[in-house]
Amino acid sequence: MLTLNHFLILSFILFSIGVAGVLLRRNIIIVLMSLELIFNSVNISLAAFAYYLQSITGTVFVVFNITVAAAEVAIGLAILVAVYRTRKTVYVEELKDMRY
Amino acid sequence: MDIWALLIIPLAAALIITFITRKHAELSSYVSVGAVILCFLIVLPYFLTMLGNPHMEHIEQSFLWIDIPGLMVEMGTIIDPLSLIMLFIVTFVGSLIHIYSRGYMHGDKGYARFFASLSLFIFSMLGIVLANNFIMIFVFWELVGLASYLLIGFYFEKPSAADAAKKAFLVNRIGDFGFILGIFVLYYATGTFNFVKMAHIIQAGQVDSGTLGLAALLIFCGAVGKSAQFPLHVWLPDAMEGPTPVSALIHAATMVAAGVYMLARTGFLYAAAPHEAMMVIAYIGGFTAFMAALLALGQNDIKKIIAYSTLSSLGYMVMSVGVGGTGAGMFYLMTHAFFKALLFLGAGSVIHACHTNNIWEMGKLYPKMKITGVTFILGSLAMMGIFPFSGFWSKDEILASTFFSGNYPLFAIGILTAMITAIFMTKLVTVTFFGEKRYHGHPHESPFGMTIPLMVLAVFAVFVGLAGFPGLDPNFGTFVAAVAGSTAAHAGEHGAHAEHHFSYFVAITSTIAVFIGIAIGWTIYSKKSIDNNAIAARFSGFHKALQNRLYIDHFYDRVLVAGIYNNIARVFNFIEVNIIIHFAINGIAYTTRQIGKGLRLTISGQLQHYAFAMVGGVLVLMVIYVLL
Repeated sequence: MLTLNHFLILSFILFSIGVAGVLLRRNIIIVLMSLELIFNSVNISLAAFAYYLQSITGTVFVVFNITVAAAEVAIGLAILVAVYRTRKTVYVEELKDMRY
Repeated sequence: MDIWALLIIPLAAALIITFITRKHAELSSYVSVGAVILCFLIVLPYFLTMLGNPHMEHIEQSFLWIDIPGLMVEMGTIIDPLSLIMLFIVTFVGSLIHIYSRGYMHGDKGYARFFASLSLFIFSMLGIVLANNFIMIFVFWELVGLASYLLIGFYFEKPSAADAAKKAFLVNRIGDFGFILGIFVLYYATGTFNFVKMAHIIQAGQVDSGTLGLAALLIFCGAVGKSAQFPLHVWLPDAMEGPTPVSALIHAATMVAAGVYMLARTGFLYAAAPHEAMMVIAYIGGFTAFMAALLALGQNDIKKIIAYSTLSSLGYMVMSVGVGGTGAGMFYLMTHAFFKALLFLGAGSVIHACHTNNIWEMGKLYPKMKITGVTFILGSLAMMGIFPFSGFWSKDEILASTFFSGNYPLFAIGILTAMITAIFMTKLVTVTFFGEKRYHGHPHESPFGMTIPLMVLAVFAVFVGLAGFPGLDPNFGTFVAAVAGSTAAHAGEHGAHAEHHFSYFVAITSTIAVFIGIAIGWTIYSKKSIDNNAIAARFSGFHKALQNRLYIDHFYDRVLVAGIYNNIARVFNFIEVNIIIHFAINGIAYTTRQIGKGLRLTISGQLQHYAFAMVGGVLVLMVIYVLL
């Protein structure tokens, strides 16, 4: 029997993997993928809550989230391509010009 | 509704000239002259009705201007004999002076600006006269100050004129500060700004006499500034830097008399004020009258002489109010408006012809300028107060009020002032129009546009005094008594009669004093059996003091401005530069910059450092949330 807790635990595991990826990986594409992981962990918990609380709001929210995430990924990848073209690198620690 | 038109018309004229017709000098002058004549025509029927019905009820029209809890201010007009007399003077004398100005200012490059300012002045002055409450009178009070500033500084490219304008404005500020404090005191005590309501509350005895005395003196401060009483008289002689018609209209006939009008308008306050406060007012007036007459003796500038005589006359009026003779003061205000406007316009005509202000560069002008000469002499006779000219009746009423209220020292000062006045007026007339020829060039009579106002004013200067003729009923006193007569009760049982009393003793004493003065003046300046230079040499110290205005201006410059004001300024400058600028402003900027420099080290540019800080921050917040 699946309960709300199962979904939340799954969501937490995905979230933790995502955070670890964002914090620890060097390749910026992996960082972006980890971000998507965080996004979707949130979507899972939203959908789970919507189901167990019998509220349509959460479901609608998820659909919106997916749409926004798609748009965001498109922009993010476009920036990545541009960065790669000018810098010839995809490693995060080498992209450190935004500082004093 | 036509009462409001009195305010709207001149204001509209000023705006039209400023924004539309400024480039067309002639047209601008027509707009301005037309506006003031229109105002006169509106006032005239009211004035004539009032003459037929001296005991008319006052008419108030007002609307609410500011209405917030605890403060209610209205804009309103009041029409009663007092305001009608003043309206008549302002619009009638104003019309004549506007017409005169068209000739006098002809060809001046600021012609349109001049008329715009004049219209602004008429607007503000009518506002003072019509005001039915203290806030409104104060607003218009400041507006006439502005108009006066603009017109004194009319030749602003001349440093002396610009300085005189500034001086007039600043000195008036001092008086107005007291004025507005007085308004606050009265509002605090009575809860209203409206004159009529306030009068009821005060007459019902609901305000204690200490508060009334304080309010009376504070309100009087406003009159001290505007009517140029000692110690704030210093601006008026300098104000003669303005064009002569301005001196006639603003600095002789109307605006400077606004102080006296205001005292009459608030007569209910002065009727209830304690005796000591009234004596302060009376003695300030008496002292101003005497001192200004002395100062006039030491002047050689035709306008300055008349200016000091104006000061002296204003002192007379204020003294009259102080001893309870408000009606007499208003009567003098009216006759003074006519003969002093006449004298100034006559002086303007002379200056126009000779291109100098110094009377020692004129002489024997009478054959060349007969109309100016005759009208000027008539004005001088009225000013000196010789029977039956207007000045005689009004001066006599003031002296009678003073005498019968028992203020004998003030009476003596008044008589002495009348004598000195006669001396310098004789000097003015004989040196300017008679004696040997000292002028250069070819002076000629002024054009009709200038001489006709002179003639009209001369007629009034001669005959208007008959309004106060004791045998006449109703005479001038009756009209003012309705408003100001209550003041007489204050002066005791003698004063109550003084308003309408004619005394042969007073009249003969003052007439003798005047003839002595004329005799002295004639001996010195016409017959020259006493050399005036010898007198100056004999009393050289005094003579020098007179020419230096008794050093009062020097005192203000050296002690008040240089000594006190500049030192205070230095202290504030120190506070400003060191504490505010260096410590507060620069200090905050410096601290911020240093903190920023420190924080800058934490910016690595590494994306994952920031993400780490963010996640760490969220974790810390969560721990705090769970634990608490």
